[in-house]
Amino acid sequence: PGDRPCPRSYPRSCMKCGQGSAVLVIRLGDPFCRDCFREYFVHKFRAMLGKNRVIFPGEKVLVAVSGGAASSAMLRQVQEGLSREAAKKLRFVPSLVYVDEGAVRRQTPAQREETLARMETLLQATGFPYHLAHLEEALELPPSILQPGPGGSGEPGPSYKEAVDGFIQQQRQDRDGGTALPGLGTQDTPAGPPAAPRLPTAARTQELLRLFEAVETTTAREELLQMLRTHLILQTARTRGYTKVMTGESCTRVAIKLLTNLALGRGAFLAVDTGFVDDRHGDVLVVRPMREYTAKEIAFYNHFFDVPTVIVPPLLTKRREKPSIHRLTESFLLGLQEDFPSTVSTVYRTGEKLSPAPAKASSESERCLLCLCALDIEGGEWGRQWGGLRGVLCQPWGHHTVTTEGPCPHRAESKAAFIPLLCYGCRLTFKELVRLWGAPELLPLGMGVSIPMAPLLQGPLATLPPYVRAEAQRR
Amino acid sequence: SRISVVHCFYFRGGAELLFDGVKKHQVTLPCQPEPWDIRNLLKWIKQNLLKEHPELFMQGESVRPGILVLVNDADWELMGELDYKLQDQDNVLFISTLHGG
Repeated sequence: PGDRPCPRSYPRSCMKCGQGSAVLVIRLGDPFCRDCFREYFVHKFRAMLGKNRVIFPGEKVLVAVSGGAASSAMLRQVQEGLSREAAKKLRFVPSLVYVDEGAVRRQTPAQREETLARMETLLQATGFPYHLAHLEEALELPPSILQPGPGGSGEPGPSYKEAVDGFIQQQRQDRDGGTALPGLGTQDTPAGPPAAPRLPTAARTQELLRLFEAVETTTAREELLQMLRTHLILQTARTRGYTKVMTGESCTRVAIKLLTNLALGRGAFLAVDTGFVDDRHGDVLVVRPMREYTAKEIAFYNHFFDVPTVIVPPLLTKRREKPSIHRLTESFLLGLQEDFPSTVSTVYRTGEKLSPAPAKASSESERCLLCLCALDIEGGEWGRQWGGLRGVLCQPWGHHTVTTEGPCPHRAESKAAFIPLLCYGCRLTFKELVRLWGAPELLPLGMGVSIPMAPLLQGPLATLPPYVRAEAQRR
Repeated sequence: SRISVVHCFYFRGGAELLFDGVKKHQVTLPCQPEPWDIRNLLKWIKQNLLKEHPELFMQGESVRPGILVLVNDADWELMGELDYKLQDQDNVLFISTLHGG
């Protein structure tokens, strides 16, 4: 069915060298032998970085490793690229970060410790400095993580060529002067036998779990996980002076994300969410160098060339919950891909044509509280819905005075305070992040009645991460 | 010649989770008049090895989209996919690419 080419008899020869016997088919029926495939794979990584020219020589780059196939392959490419001789060598200074999400992936403490130990061994073997973070640490993030940092477009910096020239010159000087370049492994975790990884306290883990269990849908839970992970990695980058973060989204993952985010109401931000460069944070740039590798290419590469991976269980779900939009989109796309093998690449290529809107909204009042993209909605249906609240002073905590002309949906007011701070997509997610609060404690209100917010605090908003509430209050 | 043994491996991406965490199976296929192909092997695996959630491994008569199949370390697309006729001592490897990253 579909337009899949007919399989031919085995063996077939490599289309590139014509000699080696082919071991896999990539793209639309291109057979490659092992050696040519390796060359193709390695070359693609450097071509991505070279073509896009956003990573400057000598720059400190934080490489986010999840233990999964794509980020592990990415790590291998970083190792390969930095180990080459002379002019073709990659020239940035990598550190690694791994986020332990075991708390929300149904792992027992023993399983988490085992996973951490395996990851630590894996990271140590590279010789690069690394950080192990726990998702629980997201509970302690400062509200400033939700503010775009200084820098980004508009700030004149050295051009790529100038940076390269400067770097080469510096290298020459150092060589002549006999001083060593800043070495790897000097900061962060030094090399040595891995210390026994320590898990966060049970109380912290419980707090994190409460956050996740309060989320109403699997879709919103996936979004929450991604948000916390991103912010945690970003914080690691900021506090240690990394100006770039590399994440391992594959072509397949990018195509799935594109369609998923469309369904989530994030159509306005497809370019930053899936593009090679994500500049929403200002001072730290996120790049996605694996976005032209299909999941199949990555899986074969990892198998042929012994790239170690550490697989963890998926995000927790409650009994009889419907699958998330993320999972459904994945099934849909991969299913279609079976019969129409250009599906993923077509979606991907369409996404490639999107470019980020020229950066204008740099002030935080014009950025979404959660995803930091430019606010794309003015009042709209939310404005009308809460339109009956005139003269409202909305302070999510402390006492709250209301003057209203009609029935006051007071329970919703505390949520309503967040709405203007969020983009369209995040508003939809937010509705499901914050559980609806039961009616009994709700007191009917007359004019000018002030009610204590404390009971409301224990309700819906208490299940938002502290840094989100704090930043919302500040705005 | 009759085939007797096929080595099945379930690696990477958690495919092994569907098989009680067991990464390797040495499968002795019962003799039958029709030659064993991947199609029949999958049926056999579903009946005899899959512990739970068959829909996470198979879809219809093939593997679920997102699961790769390698025969003797080569892409099954080069070998005829479901129609490939198994030989004695063949290695069949299943790699899941789902939810990875």
